[in-house]
Amino acid sequence: MKPQANAEGVRRNPPYVRPMAGWWTRNPFFVRYMVREVTAVAVWVYALVLTFGVLRLSQGEAAWNGWLEAMKSPASIVLHLVLLLGMVLHVHSWFEIMPKTMAPIIVGGERVSASRIQRTGWTVAVVVTLLVLALAVGSQS
Amino acid sequence: MAEPTQTIEIQVLRYRPEEETEPVWQSYQVPYTEDMSVLQGLQYIKDEIDGSVSFRWSCRMAICGSCGMMINRKPSLSCQTFLRDLAPGPVKVEALDHLPIERDLVVSVQPFVKKLESIKPYIIPKVKRELCEGEYLQTPAQLEKIEQFSSCINCMLCYAACPQFGLNPEFTGPGVLALLHRYNEDSRDGGREQRMEILNAEEGVWSCTAVGYCSEVCPKGVDPANAVNQNKINSALDYFIRFLPKKGA
Amino acid sequence: MKKRSNAPFFWLMFGAGGMLSALFGTALVIITGLATPLGIGLKTDFMAYPRMLAFAQNFIGKGFVMVVITLFAWHAAHRIFHSLHDVGIHSGTVAKLLCYGSAFVMTVIAAYSLLGIGF
Repeated sequence: MKPQANAEGVRRNPPYVRPMAGWWTRNPFFVRYMVREVTAVAVWVYALVLTFGVLRLSQGEAAWNGWLEAMKSPASIVLHLVLLLGMVLHVHSWFEIMPKTMAPIIVGGERVSASRIQRTGWTVAVVVTLLVLALAVGSQS
Repeated sequence: MAEPTQTIEIQVLRYRPEEETEPVWQSYQVPYTEDMSVLQGLQYIKDEIDGSVSFRWSCRMAICGSCGMMINRKPSLSCQTFLRDLAPGPVKVEALDHLPIERDLVVSVQPFVKKLESIKPYIIPKVKRELCEGEYLQTPAQLEKIEQFSSCINCMLCYAACPQFGLNPEFTGPGVLALLHRYNEDSRDGGREQRMEILNAEEGVWSCTAVGYCSEVCPKGVDPANAVNQNKINSALDYFIRFLPKKGA
Repeated sequence: MKKRSNAPFFWLMFGAGGMLSALFGTALVIITGLATPLGIGLKTDFMAYPRMLAFAQNFIGKGFVMVVITLFAWHAAHRIFHSLHDVGIHSGTVAKLLCYGSAFVMTVIAAYSLLGIGF
């Protein structure tokens, strides 16, 4: 941009605005933020897989069995391993940011610490996960 | 003070609007002692090597908020960042991210100041109070609610940290929203309704994606990320509750 | 007068879906995508047609599947939309339609299918 002359007749370029492109690559904190955000793709893909599943279920036994077979394919197994990683990263990053989203909780006159909130969240997630898995295994008899 | 026996390279991103269209890096060799801050390093450069280097500073003790800059890519107060911790260097110093560079390490702050003024940063009494009623009384618990948010020194490190502000300079931003929260949470204040418009706008809390780097870099522990994200709940409540009939309707 | 944002609705869906997927997502991916197909921990007939049909016809099962698909989809759509903005893709309306539109389509297909399965 051409410098404009100011009141004293001195040509001066405007204040410089630095470009934002690639901003998240320039700081490890931002890379971790992007990893957190990208876990949403795993959640989206899994929702899509379930949507297809439920559609096939509604189309009868043959359609459903086709979906079951597709889930057994190596591509599907690899995909679900990636989705599993995405889900675990999501759990971690979800509870990591949770204290920041909450108003202070006062227990016994003291504010509950961020790390306590994070640990509680993680614990609940692990317990629920194990419960659901146990329920599934238990329901097979 | 001991004579300096070490030197460190400090690279400064220069911008002289009457000479350049783009910033350019310039390198300086600075002798330093164990107690020297980056600010002192810059002052050495200005005093002894290159008087043209421009930067803001004042108190030298992390309370005035003047000396914010990017030091090795991290928004920092230069008076509170020490050369000994950055050795062997080089130390890369540039103006605070996301803000237009006026000259060298000096950024435009006027938009930030305007935003600060726009949030009604003063006690708006709930009920008109006569002088003869005496002062407001506040319990320690009531003070605790606002103390951390009132610690802001307007250094703008959080704006340099916030990528959402970088992507959209219209975003009210962490520091200003923390100050807004400080007033809403003050037991003496009744101005919450008047400040809702700012919170509810897209450029209010809804531009925030909880990156959290603002709170990471804040030199005063204000935790602006918490202030902003607490108010997403308040704004969402306001959004849905407005459909309920008002009391006495 | 600043324009009020309509973000709150999408943000609440994002929050609910995020919490649900944080609590249930891992177990569900394991059950449907790994344990059953590979027959590890669960028999390969764990999701056989008669069992799954009964599950989906059951009021609670139907509701569970509907809530999982809907909230996972809207959580992801909201976050992906904002991530597009983060990496410089700002075409607001198109991006919104693609992101939230996909969640809407998944919701409709899931509802249609689950209702079609009957009770």
